Amino acid sequence: MKVAIIIDGQRVQIDRGAPIIDAARKAGIFIPTLCYHEAIKAYGSCRLCMVEVIQNRQSRLVTSCNFPAEGGMEVFTDTPRVRKIRRVIVELLLARCPDVPLLRTMAVQMGIDFNRFRKKEGKECILCGLCVRFCEEVVGVGAIGLANRGTEREVATPFKVASDVCIGCGSCTYICPTGCIEMVPDEETPKLRRMNLGKLSLSPCPNKYQCETCSIEQEFFEDIKRVIADFRGNHKRASS
Amino acid sequence: MKRIRTVSGLEELRVSILKKKDPEKTIIRICNTGCRARRSSKVIEAFKRVIVDQALQDRIEIKGTGCHGFCEMGPIVVVEPANIFYCRVRPEDVADILSETVLKGKVLERLVWKDPHTKEPVIFEKDIPFYKKQKKIVSHNSGRIDPTDIEDYIAVEGYKALAKSLTAMTPAEVVETAVASGIRGRGGGGFPTGIKWRICSNAPGDTKYIIANGDEGDPGAFMDRSLMEGDPHSIIEGMIIGGYAIGARQGIIYVRDEYPIAIMHLSCAIKQAEEYGLLGRDILGSAFDFTLKISRGAGAFVCGEETALMISIEGRSGTPRSRPPYPAIEGLWGKPTVLNNVETFANIPQIILNGATWYSAIGTSGSKGTKIFSLVGKVRNTGLVEVETGTTLREIIFEIGGGIRKGRRFKAVQTGGPSGGCIPISKIDMPVDYDSLREAGAIMGSGGMIVMDETSCMVDVARYFINFLMFESCGKCVPCREGLKQMHEILKNICEGRGQRGDIELLSDLAGVMTTASLCALGGTAPNPVLSTIRYFRDEYEAHIFDKKCPAGVCKNLFEYVIDEERCNGCTLCQLRCPQGAISGEKKKPHVIDPERCIKCGICYSICKREAIRVK
Repeated sequence: MKVAIIIDGQRVQIDRGAPIIDAARKAGIFIPTLCYHEAIKAYGSCRLCMVEVIQNRQSRLVTSCNFPAEGGMEVFTDTPRVRKIRRVIVELLLARCPDVPLLRTMAVQMGIDFNRFRKKEGKECILCGLCVRFCEEVVGVGAIGLANRGTEREVATPFKVASDVCIGCGSCTYICPTGCIEMVPDEETPKLRRMNLGKLSLSPCPNKYQCETCSIEQEFFEDIKRVIADFRGNHKRASS
Repeated sequence: MKRIRTVSGLEELRVSILKKKDPEKTIIRICNTGCRARRSSKVIEAFKRVIVDQALQDRIEIKGTGCHGFCEMGPIVVVEPANIFYCRVRPEDVADILSETVLKGKVLERLVWKDPHTKEPVIFEKDIPFYKKQKKIVSHNSGRIDPTDIEDYIAVEGYKALAKSLTAMTPAEVVETAVASGIRGRGGGGFPTGIKWRICSNAPGDTKYIIANGDEGDPGAFMDRSLMEGDPHSIIEGMIIGGYAIGARQGIIYVRDEYPIAIMHLSCAIKQAEEYGLLGRDILGSAFDFTLKISRGAGAFVCGEETALMISIEGRSGTPRSRPPYPAIEGLWGKPTVLNNVETFANIPQIILNGATWYSAIGTSGSKGTKIFSLVGKVRNTGLVEVETGTTLREIIFEIGGGIRKGRRFKAVQTGGPSGGCIPISKIDMPVDYDSLREAGAIMGSGGMIVMDETSCMVDVARYFINFLMFESCGKCVPCREGLKQMHEILKNICEGRGQRGDIELLSDLAGVMTTASLCALGGTAPNPVLSTIRYFRDEYEAHIFDKKCPAGVCKNLFEYVIDEERCNGCTLCQLRCPQGAISGEKKKPHVIDPERCIKCGICYSICKREAIRVK
């Protein structure tokens, strides 16, 4: 069912429940975003696409990438509140990744000439999650994921060992908005290509996945055996 | 054999349990949950040993119960039928309690609670000021029944509300009773529970879920924990009623794995309820089926957020997702789901039994019923308190809590956990309910209350909570992940003496964006500690930034310890204890601290008997 919504004074027809950002794009209105892509499900993590929505006479700030359009909705994409949020978010991201060209361009466009945040990091990945979601939803492989929590969050393969499911398609390299994923051909295992995700190097397993003969694996199991033996010993002492 | 098939069967069981009870038998109730931290399990062991030794098994029953609330005075032992209230009982006291109190009926004065001002002994729980102002509805069973024995719960009218809803009420009537009672979610958000149930019961779909949120993670809070430990059946009963109301046949209790006793007692309660036919197929002959299971959380604070909690149950890493769609329409596995706090569910049986009118008469106009708070920090009587909403902070902190320790002055109270705010002395007469707290820049949260005195630095408190949240943020959205990181950096700089002009404004600006732009409530409420401390204690921030001084003497770079010459009598205690050898002076003459060597460990400050050491 089509509904009509008003974006910055323009009337736009759109499917009911479709994200507001699609309606804006239809109307030729630019909304900045770093984590949205038409090919995959909306995620709502960068918060740059926030707009002000008036619905049932109530005004609220929502992310246009995943807020469903309803008839009679009025949307404002460039209000002082919206501008302030976008500025602070770009400042925050720029403090994390000072050298990413895309962010520097955005900062110039928004008139940010000085970053007020003092803690500067030299990262390149903004954790938008596009690569992870693309790999899972479009490629259907799921070789990479988001590991850890909070400030420690990072893109990685499971347990940070080289992925044996990665097909080396390069989608992640293509979709990454900051260009922090690099593809390097690997001669030993041509199917797998080495990717550099920021500082993390995803090199293939040095033992060609022969876990049963691997010394790393053996040491690991020795450790586990020792821990279990210790635990049982303690348990016995405690119960006797 | 035990399985109850009808409502009258439940009533018969209740009567037979009550009949079995020997009125002559002395029951000794001992907290076997929270008080374990003070070795209450050793006290229980001692009782059992002495009873066997003296062959008193027929006359005395030892009952390990849940929390009595007065944690400060634990381990707590109550001797029935007279209900003599003993506190701080040690295993050595057990023989005396048996020989004097149980056998001779004498009260042991050294173990009863004494008024700190008058030194008058108080024998009964009901006369202790800590309990006097409380109104126990949800926690009334905790401390009274054995949480591992379903018959104990049935004896105190347990599962009667379930029988009433299943036989005398339609699901819609149960929903409307919850709406009419005015109960709001006890997890912190304060969304009306009945409305949530109504939305979910109207949502299309055959499969629905009901979830209890027991993922309590606030520092210093243990309300949900002690409910799950002390009265698990009331939560289970509330959930079955909720499931009946919304049409869910499956329930899940999400408990963090750091709560082993809660998991043990809940699993035990679920097993017993299944054996008695109160869970499973055709409950009490009503043709209503309901099963319940426990899902253990790995202890991430963010998993207390409803969407993250459901994602965690589904087996993925707990990160919140955007709403809409709301869980009542599309929740766990994409099905309509109701998620309530365990305390909310524990309220439900009481509402059903006594009616919505009874419940809505308790509390204020916007917040009905009672709320359990965990009162901790620099207050004299720490513990769990349940009060009617609308009770003032002054009543909670000064009358129930007994005021501030060591005669110091009250400075602020942090309500609602890390995402709550600090409320100053000027607001102490404020009634505690959802709306007034929000107006004051704090939140009800799940009910943590951390009391602070003049030795707490408010900038440092804000830094502490922001640090906690920074580590607990899931890291999905930028304002929360990057915002908390920067906010922590600014606060750390201020606390270490590197604050700059404009920092307060930058903090406020950043906080404003985090509040409006964050994806979930964790990020949205995370700036509260900063905003509320700036609002009420701006002078402290300014003292840190401009004068490079920490008035409370907490931030180590911003103060010095000095010895007051007039007060110091040269006892040499500080000199002996100083790990740095920074204190010098002759016996019986005023000592001096060498600021170059002092590491501000605070040992001299806390041991000086004449309070001669000052913060400068």
